[in-house]
Amino acid sequence: MSRSDWEVVIGLEVHAQLNTASKIFSGASTAFGAEPNRQTSAVDIALPGVLPVLNRGAVERAIRFGLAIGAHVAEKSVFARKNYFYPDLPKGYQISQMDLPVVVGGAITIRVGEGEQAYEKTVRLTRAHLEEDAGKSLHEDFHGMTGIDLNRAGTPLLEIVSEPDMRSSAEAVAYARALHALVRWIDICDGNMQEGSFRCDANVSVRKKGATEFGTRREIKNLNSFRFLQQAIDYEVQWQIDTLEDGGRVQQATVLFDPDTGETRMMRSKEDAHDYRYFPDPDLLPLMIAPEWKARVQAEMPELPGAMKARFMDAWGLSAYDATTLTASKEVADFYQATVSAAGASLATQLPKLCANWVMGDLAARLNKAELDIAASPVSPAQLAGLVARIADNTISNAIGKKVFEALWNGEGRSADEIIDRQGLKQVTDTGAIEAMIDEVLAANQKSVDEFRAGKEKAFNALVGQVMKASKGKASPAQVNELLKKKLGA
Amino acid sequence: MINASLPELRRALDARQISAVELATLFLDRIDALNPALNAFITVDRDGALAAARAADARIAAGSAGPLTGIPLAHKDVFCTEGVLTTCGSKMLANFVSPYDAHVVSLLKAAGVVSLGKANMDEFAMGSSNESSYFGAVKNPWKLDRIPGGSSGGSAAAVAARLAPIATGTDTGGSVRQPASYCGITGIKPTYGLVSRYGMIAYASSLDQGGAFGASAEDCALLLGAMTGFDERDSTSLERPTEDYAAALAAPASGKPLEGLTIGLPREFFAEGMADDVRATIDAAIAQYRALGATTVEVSLPNAKLAIPAYYVIAPAECSSNLSRFDGVRYGHRAADYGDLGDMYAKSRAEGFGAEVKRRILVGTYVLSHGYYDAYYLQAQRLRRLIAQDFQAALQHCDLIAGPTTPTTAWALGEKADDPVQMYLSDIYTIAVNLAGLPGLSHPAGFGADGLPVGLQLIGDYFAESRLLGAAHRFQQATDWHARRPACAG
Repeated sequence: MSRSDWEVVIGLEVHAQLNTASKIFSGASTAFGAEPNRQTSAVDIALPGVLPVLNRGAVERAIRFGLAIGAHVAEKSVFARKNYFYPDLPKGYQISQMDLPVVVGGAITIRVGEGEQAYEKTVRLTRAHLEEDAGKSLHEDFHGMTGIDLNRAGTPLLEIVSEPDMRSSAEAVAYARALHALVRWIDICDGNMQEGSFRCDANVSVRKKGATEFGTRREIKNLNSFRFLQQAIDYEVQWQIDTLEDGGRVQQATVLFDPDTGETRMMRSKEDAHDYRYFPDPDLLPLMIAPEWKARVQAEMPELPGAMKARFMDAWGLSAYDATTLTASKEVADFYQATVSAAGASLATQLPKLCANWVMGDLAARLNKAELDIAASPVSPAQLAGLVARIADNTISNAIGKKVFEALWNGEGRSADEIIDRQGLKQVTDTGAIEAMIDEVLAANQKSVDEFRAGKEKAFNALVGQVMKASKGKASPAQVNELLKKKLGA
Repeated sequence: MINASLPELRRALDARQISAVELATLFLDRIDALNPALNAFITVDRDGALAAARAADARIAAGSAGPLTGIPLAHKDVFCTEGVLTTCGSKMLANFVSPYDAHVVSLLKAAGVVSLGKANMDEFAMGSSNESSYFGAVKNPWKLDRIPGGSSGGSAAAVAARLAPIATGTDTGGSVRQPASYCGITGIKPTYGLVSRYGMIAYASSLDQGGAFGASAEDCALLLGAMTGFDERDSTSLERPTEDYAAALAAPASGKPLEGLTIGLPREFFAEGMADDVRATIDAAIAQYRALGATTVEVSLPNAKLAIPAYYVIAPAECSSNLSRFDGVRYGHRAADYGDLGDMYAKSRAEGFGAEVKRRILVGTYVLSHGYYDAYYLQAQRLRRLIAQDFQAALQHCDLIAGPTTPTTAWALGEKADDPVQMYLSDIYTIAVNLAGLPGLSHPAGFGADGLPVGLQLIGDYFAESRLLGAAHRFQQATDWHARRPACAG
C-alpha cells in the first residue's frame, strides 16, 4: 500500500492569548518578560480566601472572535473548574469552560497552496472558550529542584477548537495562518508565537481512503511555530501509516514534538488521562451576554478580510489573487489602503492595481530581504503613493521607478518627486531629443540596422536598448519603440 | 460591663465611663482566665487589640465614632486577618499568617471594631461539634463536657461565656445557627450573597455565608449591619443598598408587637426526630410568639428530608476542589521528608488534613468523577432546586418559618466522634436553608431537660433579615432566655 491509499484527518486546538492589560480573573498585569513572580496578585497565587472576578475585556474579545467567524455567541455560558494537581497550577484547578462555551460554531475560509495548484476550503469551528493559563515550571537552574513562575498564571486564553476538517499538513498550516491573521486583524491577540501567545495542538489520525469512520487520533501538544506544526504533522502521519501498515494499532495518546529530532514521542496514553472532574465554578455566576453587548461589539468591529477582499475586487478592480494577498494580514491591508488613499486613486486611474503591484512586488521583496515587517517599512505608504503617481503620469518609467524606490528605501530623499528632481530622472518625452539620440545610435550601429533589415527581430531590441542607454533610461521605452520603427520604416 | 449589650457598651464608651482600651483589657483578661478551660480561641491578639482600642479611643475623643467603634469582637479563624495567624482550624494552615484582610475584617476594622483574636472552629469549617479542630475541641460554656456545636463553635462559646460581646462566624449548613442554639446565644446567617466571601476561606462556595453572633438579636443586627455590603471582589456578592438592621428594630413596642405576622410551622420539622424536651421548649416559644400577636399556620417542606443527602454531595464536591490549593507548594504545611512531587502532595496533605476533611475530600472527588457526576452532583443540584421551590411555596402562606434549630441539645464531647452520619443529622433543620440561600436566625428559646439551651430557628424569604431580627427582638423584649448566662460567665 502507498501513502496515497490513506487519508489524513486533522483538527486543531489553538490557544490564543488575549491581549488584555490585566489577567482574566485578577488585576495583575499580563505583560511578558517580567522577573519571575512579580506579576502575581493574591488571586494568581491562590492564597486562602481569594476569589476570581471575570475581566470584561476578555469576554469582549471572545465576542469579537465569535462575530468575526460567523459563530453563535452564547447568551449564557458557564465557567467550570478543571481539577488537577500541578505546582504551576496554584488553585489545583484551572477555570475554563466545558459544557457551555462562549462561542459555538463558525467557519474560516482558507487558501491552500500556490499558483495554479491553489484552492480554497472552508474549515468549520466547533467552539471557542475562555480560560486561564497556568504558570511555568522551570526545571533548569535549580539544581534538581523545580522553580515556579506564576507570572503567566491567570493570563486570558481563548481556546479555539476546529472540526476535523483538514486533510493535509498544508491545510492545517493554512488554517493556523488564517486564524493567526484573523486574531491579529480583530486585535484580540498579538500573535507572538515565540512568547507563546498563539499555540497549536494538532489532533491527527489517518484512515483508508473512502472509510467513513475516523481513525484513532493522537494529539500533538504545544506547537509554537507553523514550521513545527507542519513537521510534526508530517512525521506523525507517516508514523501512523507505518504503524498501521506494519499491522500495529494506533492508541489514543498525547504526544510531544521534538524540534531537534523532528519526531513525536508519547507523553501519556489514554489510560493515564486525568479525570478532570469538571463542574461549574461556584465562585463565578454564569456569563450572560445581552444582545446589546453583542451589537456594540459588532459596531466596533473592523472591516473583516473577506469583506475587504470583495471591496478591493469590486471597487478597485483587483484580481482575486491580489485581493487575497493584500488581505492576508491586517498590516499589509492597512499599508496598501493607505498607499491607495494617498495616491488619490479611483478605479478609472489604474492606480489601485499599480499600488498593489508595488506593495506585493518590490516592497514585499525588499522587506523580505531586510527581514522587516511591513509596519516597519522605511518607505511609507505616502512615499510609495508618490512614486506610483509619477509612474502613472509617465514622469518616470517603471525601470526608473525601481531606482527611485531604492533611493526612498535608503533615505536619499523625502519623496519620489524630490529624488526625481535632484537626480534628474524625469522621463524625456521631447520627440526631437529622442530622434536625435536615435539618429546617433543608428549611425553607430550599422551592423544591427543591416541585421534588422535582413529580418532579425532581435536586432531591433538591441537598438532600443542602445537608445535607452543613451537616454540614461529617461526616455519612454514606448516612445522610443514607436519612433525607431518609424525611422527604420518598419 | 461583661454582660452589657452593644447599645449599653456604646453609651458607656461615648460617656467615657470606660475607655476602649479598658474594655478590651477587660475581655482580654477574661480570655486569659477562661480560655484554657473553654479553648474558644486559637489566637489571642492582645497587642493588635490594644492598638485598635487606642485608635478607637482617639476616634471617640474626636467625636467620629460609629456604632461599633471600640467594641471588642472575636473573628472566626476562617477569616483572613492581615499579619495575624489564620489557621482555619487546620494543621495545614497552622503556620499561615495572612498578608491581607478579608472583606468582612476590613469593613469591621474601618468601623473601629477591636478584634481580640481568632476563634476556634472545626477544621476548614467541616463539622458540627468543633471536635475536628486541629487545635482541640471547644467546650460548651454551659457544661464543659458538652460540645458547643460547629463549625463556628469557638465564636459561639466565646460570646456565650462573654469572652467577647460579639463574634463573626460562617454558616455553610448551619455553622452559625447550630452552635448559637447549643450555646444559648443569637446567631444569624443572612441571604447568600449579602456578606462578601472575599478572604473567607472557602469550604463550599455556593453555600458559605458569613454571619453574626451576639447575646441578642439587637447585638446581631448591629454587627450584621457592619458586615454586609457589595464587594466587587466577590462575583456572588449582591449589589444592593445596605440596610440598617438595628434601626429596623427601633419601632415602638406595643402589647401585640407582632400583630399581622404569620409564622409558618413546617409539618416535617415537627414530626419525628425532635427530642421531647426540645419540642416542649419550641412549643412554648411559639406560644409566646402567638401571645405577641403572631398567628401560626402549618406549612409543608416536602423535600426538606432530602437536604442532608443533597448537601453531602454538593458541599464535599465543592470542598474537594476548593481545598486543592493546599498542596504544600506555596504556603501552609509541607511534609518534612518526601520523594517525588506526587509524594510531596500525598504526604503534605495526609499530614496537614484531619479525618473529617479527608472524608469530605474523598466523597467530593468521588461524586465529581467521570461516570458519577450525573448520578450524584447533577441529581443533588436538582434536589437543591426542589428544596428552594418548597420554601418559596411555603412562604406564599406565611411571613416567616419557625421551628427548632436542632433536634436535640448539645451532646457530650466524643459521643458522635466515630459516627459522622449521626453528627450530620444534627443539621437536619438548618441545611435546607443554605441550599435555598435564604436567611436564617437562631435565638434562645429556653432550656432542655439537662439544663442546656434550646434554640428556635426563624427562616425568612430572601433579604428578610430585618423581619427575622425584628421578630426575634420582640420575642427577646418579652422574654429573658437570651439574658441567661452559663455559670462560668457569671
